[in-house]
This record gives sequence, C-alpha cells and structure tokens, in this order.
Amino acid sequence: MVTLTIDGRKVQVEKGTTILDAAKRIGIDIPTLCYHPDLEARAVCRVCVVEIEGQKLLQPACAYPVSEGMVVRTNTQAVRQARRMAVELLLAKHPQDCLQCIRNQNCELQALAERLGIREVRFERRLRGLPEDHSTPSIVREPDKCILCRRCVETCQNVQGVGVLFPAGRGADTVVTPVFGNDLADVSCALCGQCILACPVGAISERDDTERVWEALADPSKHVVVQTAPAIRATIGEEMGMEPGTLVTGKLVAALRRLGFDKVMDTDFTADLTIIEEGNELLERIKEGGVLPMITSCSPGWIKFGEHYYPDLLPHISTCKSPQQMFGALVKTYYAQKAGIDPANIFSVSLMPCTAKKFEAERPEMRSSGYQDVDAVLTSRELGRMLREAGIRFDDLPEEEHDDPMGISTGAGAIFGATGGVMEAALRTVYEVATGSELGDLEFEQVRGLDGIKEAEVNLNGLTVRVAVAHGLGNAKKILEMLRAGKANYHFIEIMCCPGGCVGGGGQPIPSTMEIKGKRGRALYLADRNMPYRKSHENPAIKQIYAEFLEKPLGERSHQLLHTHYTSRSKY
Amino acid sequence: MAGIITVDDILTKYKGRPDALIDILHEIQDVQGFLSDTSIIKVAEALDLPASKVYGVATFYSLFTVKPRGRNVIRICESAPCHVLGATAIINALEKELGIKMGETTGDGKFTLEYTSCIGVCGVAPAIMINEVVYGNLTPDKIPHILSEYR
Amino acid sequence: MEFYRSHVLVCGGTPCVLGGCKAVRDALIGEIHRQGLSREIKVVETGCLGPCDLGPVIVVYPEGTFYGPVKVEDVPLIVEEHLLKGRVVDRLIARERPAEKEIVKYEAPSYLGPQKRIVLRNCGLIDPESVEEYIGRDGYAALGRCLSQMKPGEVIDLVKRSGLVGRGGAAFPTGLKWEFTAKADADQKYILCNADEGEPGTFKDRLILEGDPHSIIEGMAIAGYAVGADKGFVYIRGEYVISIERMQKAIDQARRLGLLGENIFGSGFGFDIEIRKGAGAYVCGEETALIESIEGGRGEPRIKPPYPGTHGLWGKPTVVNNVETLANIPPIILNGPEWFRGFGTERCPGTKVFTLTGDINNKGLIEVPMGITLRQVIYEIGGGIPGGREFKMAQTGGTSGGCLPRELLDVPMDYFSLAEAGSALGSGALLIMDDSHCIVDIARCFMKFFRHESCGKCTPCREGTDRLYEIMDMVSSGRGRAQDIDLMTELAQVMQRASLCGLGQAAPVPVLTMLKYFRDEFEAHIADRTCPTGTCGL
Repeated sequence: MVTLTIDGRKVQVEKGTTILDAAKRIGIDIPTLCYHPDLEARAVCRVCVVEIEGQKLLQPACAYPVSEGMVVRTNTQAVRQARRMAVELLLAKHPQDCLQCIRNQNCELQALAERLGIREVRFERRLRGLPEDHSTPSIVREPDKCILCRRCVETCQNVQGVGVLFPAGRGADTVVTPVFGNDLADVSCALCGQCILACPVGAISERDDTERVWEALADPSKHVVVQTAPAIRATIGEEMGMEPGTLVTGKLVAALRRLGFDKVMDTDFTADLTIIEEGNELLERIKEGGVLPMITSCSPGWIKFGEHYYPDLLPHISTCKSPQQMFGALVKTYYAQKAGIDPANIFSVSLMPCTAKKFEAERPEMRSSGYQDVDAVLTSRELGRMLREAGIRFDDLPEEEHDDPMGISTGAGAIFGATGGVMEAALRTVYEVATGSELGDLEFEQVRGLDGIKEAEVNLNGLTVRVAVAHGLGNAKKILEMLRAGKANYHFIEIMCCPGGCVGGGGQPIPSTMEIKGKRGRALYLADRNMPYRKSHENPAIKQIYAEFLEKPLGERSHQLLHTHYTSRSKY
Repeated sequence: MAGIITVDDILTKYKGRPDALIDILHEIQDVQGFLSDTSIIKVAEALDLPASKVYGVATFYSLFTVKPRGRNVIRICESAPCHVLGATAIINALEKELGIKMGETTGDGKFTLEYTSCIGVCGVAPAIMINEVVYGNLTPDKIPHILSEYR
Repeated sequence: MEFYRSHVLVCGGTPCVLGGCKAVRDALIGEIHRQGLSREIKVVETGCLGPCDLGPVIVVYPEGTFYGPVKVEDVPLIVEEHLLKGRVVDRLIARERPAEKEIVKYEAPSYLGPQKRIVLRNCGLIDPESVEEYIGRDGYAALGRCLSQMKPGEVIDLVKRSGLVGRGGAAFPTGLKWEFTAKADADQKYILCNADEGEPGTFKDRLILEGDPHSIIEGMAIAGYAVGADKGFVYIRGEYVISIERMQKAIDQARRLGLLGENIFGSGFGFDIEIRKGAGAYVCGEETALIESIEGGRGEPRIKPPYPGTHGLWGKPTVVNNVETLANIPPIILNGPEWFRGFGTERCPGTKVFTLTGDINNKGLIEVPMGITLRQVIYEIGGGIPGGREFKMAQTGGTSGGCLPRELLDVPMDYFSLAEAGSALGSGALLIMDDSHCIVDIARCFMKFFRHESCGKCTPCREGTDRLYEIMDMVSSGRGRAQDIDLMTELAQVMQRASLCGLGQAAPVPVLTMLKYFRDEFEAHIADRTCPTGTCGL
C-alpha cells in the first residue's frame, strides 16, 4: 500500500494505482478526455494534468502512478490554466455545430467545455476541411470533429486487432484515417462500430436510419414489422435514462407499439430457431465428419472480419444466417403468408445493438424472400432518438407482450446478447437432442462472464464435446490463429465481434464500458431465469413453425431461407 | 553483376521483421523514388502489419514521400541558422528560377522543391540539398549555375 | 609500419566536403606523386578540424601549418613550396576573421583560444577510417582496462564520480542513468547511442561521428559492460550520409579486430552494435521517440514513467546516451574522475562542444570547458560579429533554447546557469544574430520549425506550436491583435508545463525569452504596425 496526499487529504491505495483513481477514492473527480477505463492510458489530451510537489512539469493523472509520500494538487491556478488551454485549443479547430451534432448532449468535449467554464476561444477558428466518409451502411466519419484522442485507434488496433484506423501525417496535420485516406468501404473494416463507442465526440457515428423508419411508419400502405434483438431489452432503458442493466422487455414492446409499428415481434424467436438449425448442423458435422470446429455465425462484424482476414477458415463458419436475417427471411414469407399480407408491402425493421447489422441487411445474399429481407436496421441509440422525439416517457409505460407468431421465445434466446450466451443456449439443446435425456443444471457458468476466452467440455453420451467462447475480435484472433496452426482442438466455437457480446455492440448506448457491459449481460441472465421456457427446442412457436412451414431442421426450406454462404474478401 | 533491385527483393530480405519497417521504406524509396500505394500494401503483407500502420509511419517521417516527386528533389533548409543568413532569398531565387512554389514539382518532372529540417551544415549556411548532395554558402546568384548541372 | 616524414590532413567533415575537399585531396595525392614524394608524405582525410567557414582546410604535420580555404589550383604551390622546399605559403594560411590573425599552428592557442579538446581529442588528428590510428592514440585502452581490471560496478562508480552529465540537453547524470539500468533485472538490455542530431544549428555529433567513430563504439561497449547489455544501436539521422558510412566502416573494423562481437579481449563479455537510420523527424531525438522509431513505428514519445532505464527498447532496460556523452567515456576511464573534474565547473565538469552559427566571423565547431561565458565564446573564439554590426541576441541550445540579449553576455555557459537565465545549454548550438534581424521574423521562423516537427500526439504541443506560428505570422504581417502577447505568453507557459515530451516543453522557450527581452519589438509590430528593423515587410 502507498500513502499519498491529494489536495491536503491523505489517501491510502494499492501500489500501481494512478493518481486519477486515487483521487476518485476521496471524491475528487479529475476531468479527463482521452482517458477511457477499458483502454491503456495514452495521456495525450493533457486535460487531466495535476501538480506534483517537487516537479516543474504537470503530470497526467490518468497515467501517473502514485508513490509513497507523493503530494498532489489537482486544482491549482496552473492546473486550471493548462486544462482550459487544452480544451480551448481543441475547440478552436472543432466545428462547434453542437446543436446539429449526433452527439449533442452526449459529448465529452462539450461536457468538458461546460465543466471548465470555457466562455471564449481566443484563437482563430480554423477547421481542417477534411472530407466526411459516408461510404458504408454502418459508420459515418466526420474527421473535422476528431480531437485526436486516439481512443478509436487503440480500440481498432489493440482491442479488436483490426487496425483499420491509424494516425497519418505529423503534428498539426495528423489525421486518424484508414490507409491512404481511403473511405471505410475501401478497407478491411469489420464495421463493428467499437470506434463509435470509443469516440468522445461526434467524429465517428452510426449511419442514422431513423428518417427511413419514420417515413415507413407514416406510409399507410406499409405494414411495418419490427423485431427486437436480445440485447436491446437490457440496454434501451439505459438509453432512455435508466440505470445500466435495467431489463425493460415489456416496456420496449409498449413503446414500439406507441411509435406506430404494426407488429412487434422478437429476434429471440429466431435466436431459438438458430439454435435448432445450428445445433443440428453441429451434430451433423460431428456425425458425418464435416469441418470442425464449427464457429457461430450470428455476429455480422465477426463474419465480415473473417471474410477479410481468415478466408481460409470460412468453411468452419456455420451456414446459419444470423437471427436478424432468419427473422427477415421469415417475416416476408411465413408471416406474410400467415397474415395474408403481400410481402411487397411489408417494411421490416430490426432493432439491433449493432452497426455491422446494417451492412448485413444490405448484403446481396440477404434477399431470400425475393425482397430485401430486412429493410432498415436501427441501433439502440437511434431508437432512443425516435422515442425521445415522440415524447414517449419510458418509465411510465406498461409491460406488454410481443406479437405472434414470432413473438414467443425462451431464456436461451435472451442470453444470445451476452458473450457465451449462444454457446450456452446451444449446449442446452444439443445435450438434450443428442442424449435424449433432460439436462439437470441449465446454467453453464464456465462460458459466462467477461474473460476474453472461455472454454468448457460437455459429455454427450460418451462423446466429450469441447467448446470455446471468444468475444472481441482481438480475442477471436487468438483462437483463429490457433485454429490456423491446427492447435484449436474444439468442436464448437462461439465468436462475438464485440467485447462483452451484443450488450457491448457498436450500436449500444454511450458510454459503454466493460463495467456497464457486465451489468447489461447480467440483466439478460436474469431474463433467462424468469422465462417459462429456457431451452430453444421447447419453444412452442418453434415447434409450430417447423410443423406449419419449415418441416424439419436443415430441411429444404431451411436451406433456402435460413442458411447462407460467405465471400472471401481482401485483407488490404 | 547485380540486377535491378525490386520491392520484392527488399521484402524478401526483411520478411517478418516489423522492426525493420523504416529501413525497408528507405530502401524502397531509394529504388522507386517514392512510396507507392502498391508498395505500402506489399510491405504490410510481408511484415503482417495493418496497411494503415505502414502508411502512418510513411507519412510521419519527412524523408519519406507517398507522392511521386521530380527526378531531382531540392530540399531547402529553413531552420534558424540558414534563415538568419538569408534562406528566404534562396527560396525566392529557386522558386523564380524553376517557376514553381515550395512543395511543387516542375511540369517536366525534373525538380521538386521541399523544405527540410536542419541538415547540420550550419557552418556554411544557407544550405540546400539536391538529392544527396549538399550545397552551402549560397547566394541567390549561385542558384542558376547550380541548377544547370541538373537540367 | 611505414614511416612518413610529413602528414597532410585534409578535413573530410561535411562542410569541407561541400567546399570541394575531395578534389583538393585528389589533387594533393596526384601532385605529391608527380613530385615523387609518395613514399615520404601521406595524405589523410580526417574528421572536422573546426573552422567550417574556412573550408576546405588542410593541416601539414609535423609543423601543424593550417591552410584554408584551399582550392585545387593552390595545390601545386603548397606541394612545391611547403612539402618539397619546406617553405610555408603565407598567402594560403588560414586566417581568423576579422583580425586576420594567422592560424599558423593548428594546435596553437591562437585559434583554439580557451578551447580544451576531450571529446574532439582525435577529430582532425587521425584518419577516422583507420582503427589503427585510433588505437595509436590510446583507443580501446579504456575498454581494455574496464574489461580486464574493473568490475561493472566500479565502472559505474567511476563515471558517477566524474560528474559527467548527459550532453544531449537534459543534463542527467550519466553514471546514475547507467546505475538504474544496471540494477534492473532482465534477460536483455540495450545501449542506444542517440545520434539523431536534429537541433537546428547543431552539427557536433555529425562531426564526431565523421571524425572519431571508434570513440563512440568504445563508449558504447564500456556502457554495455557497465550495465550488462550485449547489444547496442546507433540511431543516426537519415540525412547524415557520411556519418552513417563512416560509422558502419568503424563497426566493421572493430568486429574484425574482435573489439566488437563475442568475448572481447578474452573477457567473456560480448557486445555488438547495429546502425539504425532515421527518416527525418526531429522528435526522434527524444529518447522514447527514438525507441519507438527503432522498433519500426511512428516516432511518438511515450509517457514517462516508466523510464527507458527500466522499460526501454522492446520493453527492456535501455540506456540512451548522446554521441558527445559517449565520446567522453574513454578519456574519463583512462584519466580518472579527478582529471575530468579539473575542467569546467563544480556542477558541470568537463567540456562542451559548441557549434557557432549565424552572424559570427568564425563559424564552426569548438570545444571549451563548461562555464566559459557567452562573451568569451563570441568575441574570443568566434571573432565577433561580421560587417561591423552590433550583437543583438544569441540563441543557446538550438531552436528550442532561449534568446539572450546583450545584457546576458556574461552568463556562464553551463547547464544550470543557462537554465537560470531562462534558456538552455541544450545541444550546444549557438546562433548569433546581429541587429539587422527582426525579432518577430526570427520567432516566426522558430515556430515554423516546431509546427513542422511536433509529432502531433499531445494537445498542447500539436495545437500550441501551430497557434504560436499562426500568431507570429499574423503579428509579422501586421495583423497582430492587442491581446496576442498575453495569449502567447499563457499558451507558451502551458506548453512548457503540460506537454508530453521535451519537444513541446522546450518549443515555447525561445518565444518566452523573446517576449521577455524584446517585448517592445512585438508591441511595435502590433500597436504601430511597424517593424523597427524594417526587415519583415511591414
């Protein structure tokens, strides 16, 4: 333990603690900008500087380790002057179109300018005039807003292991950019959107599709159907101002009805369907000597990453479409048929934690119904915007139920939104299907939690099935490299593109730290425990769709509507 | 008799050595005159680095260029010791003589004008460097003669 | 070994190369051959002799007659008169300006004045491409003594007692730096020689590398032995073509003689060196940026702590020493700490190599004891200001150093005294400016440099250098605003205190000193829209 003095008060902390964290213990909140709790501190913005007795230089609290007897002052004239100057310098090159900015009122620079009382910028206003990037369906870049904090670089490079974003140029001409100043569409970006979560300002954001959805809702000829992804029920409350980890399934349904959606159905239903299809695919691959290990395919960021960086491993990926796309294919076939609606008039919206889902929906493979299966993808943040605009007060809403026929789901579907959830859901079903006996303990603790890579073994009548779970592409890479080297001795691997799984998706509320992601995940496991059905194969609606429409898992119709193929893409 | 060195030769020599990135870029630029998009991608492949990183390094150092330049690169030192002894007049003379501004390349592709940091020959300031040759103790009237060697 | 009655040393430092020394050397060899003197007289291309503005310069030994500038057409006369007939050619003798005093003997006090050559002990005296000549002047004797007679701890202790501080600018005690790394527990340690000499006006490291490369190899090997490192890198600016060539030759020679490699002098200690070439980034002179660059990245400084001494190259304990620091090591080992402390001041023992540039009669390289005054350097060694103009200011320490006015001419030149005067000794660059120069124009030039060289990582430096340049540009073009002086002062103070590395911390130093000592000139540009010196076009 180390004892130091901060602003005249003694504090005792563990060795290696930063000044920032030590100050927090005694209620001093040092302002930060480039600091992010999940990333290695780079101390580049110099906003968190403090005075240390005996040093002429101010030091960054976010990165400076405490030492015995250290005397720190966090609020002196020199400290305030330095902090304000840093923010003033940034503002002088920032567009300051805050009122129109997608991050208005959720911007760290804006909040900091307010907190430090910046009332004037004494330098010439000068924008860099860098071109915006609207090249992908997922992510918008406005480099003029960039304050060069490098959080996106750190995230893309070191957390996700992708490295599409990097600083180029030097000094005041430095820009964070894909190679050659290219647009994201022209590089090997997974479109996961983790850079958006990392960005403190509006320099990187999701493509906003709310207007297209408003138009569809306003069009009386359109039958607008919405599906709600598993993770959204644990995060939309947070987006609407509730505590992270508040589960709001019923209120979400009520809110969507009030926005004017004709049917509110559930992606959890197709998550269950995925388990049936994928579970059977796994058993078939094991039985028939197919390519193993099999890797999950629900996460479109992972799929795009795999296509760019591991094209040789594509045969390992399950051919199952993601739950979003299974839903999309069924809503314009099965549901249209059942409800007697011309699929041409159905506008299918999905509510997703994810920016890569926007790309997935536009893939040419995703038109099995003869139409684009999913017409618009909204992230949690976009839905939040629509709800606020419509004046829907979330806490006052009643709890409502999803619509039939694709509204009934199980706890297995719900946990899809957390890392390890797909694996756990699959194991519940695969065990019972393969062994024919009932599973005693449903909860596979080994695959839960936020460890980067998790492993487990399950005994299926003498066959030991080895599984692994990775979340975040950086962790996925480790397993994929093992696989390439022939050292991944597993049958089944779950890969989720985003750290924490979909609760940490690139479309989720900001801020999205690992701590918050943990709370969101726990909410989904709570949902699971409270569900009447907790195994996908027990879902009565699933039994019904096989009976009425699909006939059998991996059947002809399944292949036509629920399975897909992948495309090898360039790494550079 | 050594043949023409190619980018691939250089990369074979350094394959799998990301620490040699700067040496590699030096050698490629020596061979090609600049760092083309294609060579940057090749370097990234050979070293298993993100292309964005190779580009980020290439654009950080002022001796590297990612744009084609003239056959003769004239680097003018604008550091204080040269400035004090009249670098501005030298710049004006070069710009006038070549009909281009600093940072530009002549239409015939023969000359590019660039600034450089101090080249450490302040004892004979003001100085310029044409390709790897340094000229010192310059006055504007010496410029036409010096350039004539390269025309 | 062959015996020659005379040696003619031709300065092969870059400034003389520019002046055409190679043609002079070739002419000398040809002429000596023609006169049939090839067996009696040897022509040696050597490192920098010092007075760069007199180049090409040559020295004839054993007399020590100093000729310069020598043209090719002068060569037959020198050979015939001096080498054949033994008569000095008065007309070609190098002369100091302005007094036109003759430099008859190179080592005579006339030119050297108060100079004392420790670092430059071999520069200009030996052929830098000959390891034998280096050895002939006690070269590698210090390494031999360390390996055969001293324990690593004793070497460190000796360097500590010498009081040697780093000559790159930060003035950190070298022995202490070695001790940190020696104490660090690791499977691999490194010695880095910082030869990324980018400070405008500085070319001492270049001329040491060109003139005495083996002294650097020896210094690094001693450092390696002291801290337990078996691998070293010399990081040399990509612009220094000759330095890189000479250093590589020296490394090859040392390897051939077993002075580098495994089991040096049969001691069991092994050490080897590789050259890494910079690519044009001033910031790489900062030790952590240099490390990033050697690792193949953008030369962006890292946050400290942790320091390179414990977490350096590839995370391993690493000593980073400047060229001049390392060149001091062998003589300190051989002559002892007390000898070294006999030069310079109590707090800053030893000598310092300075480079004189700008409006000064004798431009070039000098080595003087620490603590000599600015006045002595300018007037006794530098020969004063040319053209009968007045001294206006001197910038010490390169572009990141402060600008001192006439009132401070008597400040002692050592790390601490200059720091107290608001400036820095830094790299030893001295830029002298006469009264024809406009302060704002010069300040603008300084800031243009830093705007170009800031790495862009931290806010105060990236944006601050950009804004200081912008404001200087506005002031010099008559668009200055009343509040600009206060704004620049405040910005400069923040940069100094809050920037991530030494570049951003030092960049505002010239501005702060200029605002302090020449405030009225800024005010004239802003309030009256006039330039008192009439030079910046207002």
